[in-house]
Amino acid sequence: MTPHYRQLNATEILDLYFIENRARLLDIASFLDRIDRYEGSDEAKADFRYQALVNAAKLLHNSDTGRTVAIQNSFSDPSTEPLESAIGLKAVGAWDGGKQ
Amino acid sequence: MKAIDPHIHMVSRTTDDYLKLAVSGIHTVSEPAFWAGFDRSSADSFRDYFFHLTVTEPARAARFGIKHYCWIGLNSKESENLQLAEDVLAIMPEFLDRPTALGIGEVGLNKNSRNEIKILEKQLALAVDRNELLLIHTPHLEDKLKGTRIIMDMILSEPRIKPERVLIDHAEEHTIREIKDNGFWFGLTLYPNSKGSPERAIDAVEIYGTDRICINSSADWSVSDPLSVLKCANEMRRRGHPDDAINKVFYDNPKAFLSQCPKFSAA
Repeated sequence: MTPHYRQLNATEILDLYFIENRARLLDIASFLDRIDRYEGSDEAKADFRYQALVNAAKLLHNSDTGRTVAIQNSFSDPSTEPLESAIGLKAVGAWDGGKQ
Repeated sequence: MKAIDPHIHMVSRTTDDYLKLAVSGIHTVSEPAFWAGFDRSSADSFRDYFFHLTVTEPARAARFGIKHYCWIGLNSKESENLQLAEDVLAIMPEFLDRPTALGIGEVGLNKNSRNEIKILEKQLALAVDRNELLLIHTPHLEDKLKGTRIIMDMILSEPRIKPERVLIDHAEEHTIREIKDNGFWFGLTLYPNSKGSPERAIDAVEIYGTDRICINSSADWSVSDPLSVLKCANEMRRRGHPDDAINKVFYDNPKAFLSQCPKFSAA
């Protein structure tokens, strides 16, 4: 019996998602341009979060392993020891190299 | 279609949201105890909150024909205050005995600190003593990978906790494989800005399969969407997945996990 559904192929996936992902890429480019344009740009670009984002973007070129997992790992704290205290701390989206 | 949202914070939502859930096909929800957006000043605040979860909210939901269940626990953000934590732990059994309380949750880690770990150990011990289901909160963002591993080590070192009775929530691409390989259920959370999207959630379904996965909105007081579970189901449909697989992910799976508590029955 023929199933009433049909899995899409890769070109159909490209058709379905291309425009919205093009827009997402432009959002990221615009965000980086905004940092360039504003006063204090050099300081912001030295921030660990900016550096983490730029490094993560490079992982988009890597099709050998999953890009999503690689980017998630690149933002993650790789240490294993618990923090002495969490008072006053919050997640910011990228690991600061253990400075907290 | 029918769906269950296994993780939604209805105390933070309007009555209009109950109507949206009801007319859209979500007739069963479960609500973990969580952080209110500020640190509470005493265990009395938690007593009122647990009353809200076990009495007020089920009644509010029932007006719309929705079954409301809950989880009782101390969230990790407020575990840093050890005296408060001890006081809250002392009142938890009274509320775990309530007819709509399914187990201990959402408990886990936030910044992976020693005090958070200490209080999680105590809540795991309570789960063992009472044979409760566990709904685990994993840390946000850069702390998730480390915290998820610490939590799994803690649970796996307690042989009386069966992994199939534990749902590790807020999983993302870099934690799913390890959670699933260790025999736990895992939850994916759909948040418009800061967590997973419907597209990424269905990518995970395609990569890791339809077993032991539950998808939730975690809709609360922040930017969130109580209908995101159904929007995610629609994403799965438009990619051409069969109805039985969609129903498994969005209804049968949460029903199977939650039904391990005998108090639960799905609408």
